[in-house]
Amino acid sequence: MAFLQLKDIGQTYYSKQAATTALEDITFSVAEGEFISFLGPSGCGKSTLLSIIAGLLSPTTGTVTLRGQHITKPHPKIGYMLQQDYLFPWKTIQENIMTGLKLQHQLTPERIEYTLALMKEIGLSDTLSLYPKALSGGMRQRVALVRTLATNPKLLLLDEPFSALDYQTKLKLEDLVSSTLKEHGKTAILVTHDIGEAIAMSDRIILFSTKPGRLFRSFSVTETLRRRLPFEARQHEDYSMMFQEIWEELEQIEQNDAD
Amino acid sequence: MNKMTPTDPLASYVQQLRKKTIYVRITQVIIFLLFFGLWQLSSTERWIDPLLFSSPAKIVTLLYDKMIDGSLFSHIGMTLSETAIGFVLGTLFGTLLATLIWWFPFLARVLDPYLVILNAMPKVAVGPILIVALGPNITSIIAMGILISIIITTLVIHTAFQGVDENYVKVIRSFGGSKYQCFKEVILPACFPAIISSLKVNVGLSWVGVIVGEFLVSKEGLGYLIIYGFQVFNFTLVLMSLLVIAILATIMYKIVEVLEKKLIRHHH
Ligand SMILES: Nc1ncnc2c1ncn2[C@@H]1O[C@H](COP(=O)(O)OP(=O)(O)O)[C@@H](O)[C@H]1O
Ligand SMILES: [Mg+2]
Repeated sequence: MAFLQLKDIGQTYYSKQAATTALEDITFSVAEGEFISFLGPSGCGKSTLLSIIAGLLSPTTGTVTLRGQHITKPHPKIGYMLQQDYLFPWKTIQENIMTGLKLQHQLTPERIEYTLALMKEIGLSDTLSLYPKALSGGMRQRVALVRTLATNPKLLLLDEPFSALDYQTKLKLEDLVSSTLKEHGKTAILVTHDIGEAIAMSDRIILFSTKPGRLFRSFSVTETLRRRLPFEARQHEDYSMMFQEIWEELEQIEQNDAD
Repeated sequence: MNKMTPTDPLASYVQQLRKKTIYVRITQVIIFLLFFGLWQLSSTERWIDPLLFSSPAKIVTLLYDKMIDGSLFSHIGMTLSETAIGFVLGTLFGTLLATLIWWFPFLARVLDPYLVILNAMPKVAVGPILIVALGPNITSIIAMGILISIIITTLVIHTAFQGVDENYVKVIRSFGGSKYQCFKEVILPACFPAIISSLKVNVGLSWVGVIVGEFLVSKEGLGYLIIYGFQVFNFTLVLMSLLVIAILATIMYKIVEVLEKKLIRHHH
């Protein structure tokens, strides 16, 4: 049995004016420990699909199962991280990272200790009593990662978590997120429109076509690249080859769009 | 080029700012002195009727006398407590009502036209009905203080609730948070600034409600003093009460402002 299984997922948004089909016929599975990237032009339904997997949105058709269990509402084993940090400005960093535990009534000494250890791991232990506005964008996104990891989810959903950051911070954070998730044995789905980021971080890349969003192709990242941290992977020759290949596919999608 | 002076540009900038502030203060004091000086002068010289327009000296003397014999303080105490109760309850009930219609969007849609009408209506016009319903006593006055602020508070806070970034709610929901938890952890704290700012508006509104209420029914309070002074043609008393109201309303507003700084210093 697959860790995560999506079957015939379709999503149509209705408004008074029109019905928009955002997703159609999405079927695939994810193995435990795998790092998947969703890649595709904006508006192809990546965020919508992530919301469905997170149980925040029920799909018009199809089912999501996690270890055979139907996902119909948010599940404690699934963590969700947004494009921006969305740390609560009125809470201290400490209160922010404990939010999930508080909501799930899990504020036990062990869980608190685990969360504080995570803070140490990402190097932000000395910010606990500060408020988010005192932190830089990169630091805030790291805190948001800890907030998501605090409840110990098995599956992490990351919706363009680096897109609001400057390039240097983004590269550093890619390494940090990649190594942290590997170390803790998490399964992850990353949404991105950055080809390089998808190659550098993931084991498998799923390419989406648009209008409506469908699976277009799937690429396996070579073993050589997988073993490397994102920053090193970006230097490797396999990286450039793969970049070229995906680039051409994306061009093709655009071409189809234009017709 | 100018002669080289070893002045620090920042220091000179700060000095310039300070200078400007001093000019503003001086002008304010001049206006103040000119106004009250002219008033005093025209009253003693009988350019204006001193019986109608009194004079600053008479007002201050009366204020002093009333403070010495202690009679002023019971009036102040009465009006102040009515106003405080009025604006705190007005804000509280307004926030509760906003919460209710946030929770039940159906209710929001049903109540929408009624709220618009109630908001547009001059609330003080309801005064006589309140007195008939609640009796000619302090309850009516406080009800007036609440009524005048509750609807606008509801509308403003409800709009603020709806304006909260959906993604903050999404964070809570992704952790399996309930609707109540979304409200408590996100909606309410995110709208603290809006609540405090309606508190500020409501201070002013409640003074209006309470003073009008006192015009209509009371035997005590600053509004009563104004109406009484008017009836016995004692305009010194009327103006003195106005002065006291101005001072108290300002103090109350300042207190809320301090509260605001304390409570929402971390909101952006
Ligand atoms: N709440 C919504 N109501 C209506 N249409 C929506 C909604 N959310 C997204 N859409 C539409 O669905 C499509 C996919 O959106 P989205 O999932 O955000 O794409 P992506 O994340 O890939 O950019 C877009 O055409 C968008 O306009
Ligand atoms: Mg998106």
